[in-house]
Amino acid sequence: MRLVAEQLTVNFGGLLAIADVDIDIGPGEIVGLIGANGAGKSTLVNVLSGFQKTRTGSVKLGDSVLLGLSPDRIARAGVVRTFQSVRLFSGISVRDNIAAAAAVLGSGSESVDTLLELLDLADRPDSDAGSLPYAHQRRLAIARALALKPKFLLLDEPAAGMSPDEIEDLDRTLVELRDRTGMGLLLIEHNINLVMSICERLVVLDGGRVIARGDPDAIKSNTAVKNAYLGTEGGGH
Amino acid sequence: MNFALQTAIDALSVGSIYALSALGIGLLFGIMRLINFAQSEFVTIGIYILMLSAGIWFPLAALGAICVVVVLALVVERLAFRPIRTADPATLLVTSFAVSYLLQYSLVLIFGARPIGLDILPDLARPFVIGSVRVPRIDIATIGATAVLLSAFALFLRKTRIGIEMRAAAVDFRMARLLGIRANRVIAVAFAMSGLLAAVVAILFAARTGVAAPTIGLELALVGFVATVIGGMGSLVGAVFGGLAVGVVTVLLQALLPPELRAYREAFVYIVVIAVLVLRPQGLFRGAAARERV
Repeated sequence: MRLVAEQLTVNFGGLLAIADVDIDIGPGEIVGLIGANGAGKSTLVNVLSGFQKTRTGSVKLGDSVLLGLSPDRIARAGVVRTFQSVRLFSGISVRDNIAAAAAVLGSGSESVDTLLELLDLADRPDSDAGSLPYAHQRRLAIARALALKPKFLLLDEPAAGMSPDEIEDLDRTLVELRDRTGMGLLLIEHNINLVMSICERLVVLDGGRVIARGDPDAIKSNTAVKNAYLGTEGGGH
Repeated sequence: MNFALQTAIDALSVGSIYALSALGIGLLFGIMRLINFAQSEFVTIGIYILMLSAGIWFPLAALGAICVVVVLALVVERLAFRPIRTADPATLLVTSFAVSYLLQYSLVLIFGARPIGLDILPDLARPFVIGSVRVPRIDIATIGATAVLLSAFALFLRKTRIGIEMRAAAVDFRMARLLGIRANRVIAVAFAMSGLLAAVVAILFAARTGVAAPTIGLELALVGFVATVIGGMGSLVGAVFGGLAVGVVTVLLQALLPPELRAYREAFVYIVVIAVLVLRPQGLFRGAAARERV
């Protein structure tokens, strides 16, 4: 079952946030969505997850139409997102942050423990989620999203504010998660190095339009991308 | 010494009733940003049910009052608040006023506006005598019932699945929905719990005052609101301690103020409340709800 969006256009009072954007992700695929600030990445994720309504275009999971459904129904259908702003339940323990979501599917504490292990949080299950170090908070947000057993996980800048070591750990974890669950991942990133190393395919947005798509090597050598995003030396952003 | 001990027990007992009132209000505010003025009628109707069931074996009458008030809370949620759940907090507030007045004047219509005496468990009025200290049984019952109820609530919120969901929803309702937590169920359970708390307050208050009147729940609900604000809107622990604090301050003022000033006790209580809010505008226990809701 693929997650397919076609011809998405979102217009904020005359300002085109995204225009005619197509994106599709297959099971087990890791796709990177890159672009500068204001390129339309967040708008696209908001449309895919139901936070932004639009009448133009379509979003489908397999045969079922997602566009127009509320965010919670899309999440239950199997497309789950995380937020740049993390949005943990602070004041509540790490374990219960996951349990609150796991409860929905009737999974027991066993699956909470598995997720704690997977995301390297097993050493402090009883800490207040709000008091965790930043990198831990981001991993907890992913663990909580995984409690819904998504078919597709949309990660909004999961590495923001992480050190290079932490990013490397996150890379490994994401690939491992994909291998274990066979879910598709869409990685919305600013950090070009993270997406280059683990994504099989990249989609580059600029000014609300897709200016390039393809494997990391093709993107690196793409002139339009160099001009718009990578800078002429092709370095980081 | 005896005076101090008696005052302490009195303070704890009044504070307990206020704490339960505040918890019922804080619970709904935490989860749906609803300031539920109808909480006062939940208590009043509980007292009228007890009045109607005079002569019935007490545990049965108490159970009856609890059932009626819980069902009433659920019906109010379903008919009045569910349709406007996503509305602005101001709309919710005005709706709660409307529900409150509707229920209050229904009581006036049925029973009249005049207070009606009732006599549940007259034995409770008799004191325990320990040495030279006389402790009214009702105080012991109140403190005991509150302790049991609060412990049960804490356990429920920490250990059960729906309890964890409720706490998550209180921190970030939209995020909770996004994670698939069922809003209808969480909110219905919160209303049922606030109904249960109101019924217990009704039982304790009726046993203490022996009177049923259409506006009798008003003062309790008002103190409950004040207590949740002092505690920090959205913090349940804050609501409980806020309630206890208001009760303790009220009783202490009653005990310590010169007799000619006692009539103005409430004014002094609210001076203390204002002072607390000036010094800590976010309340004593700042809750998650105090932060901006996304």
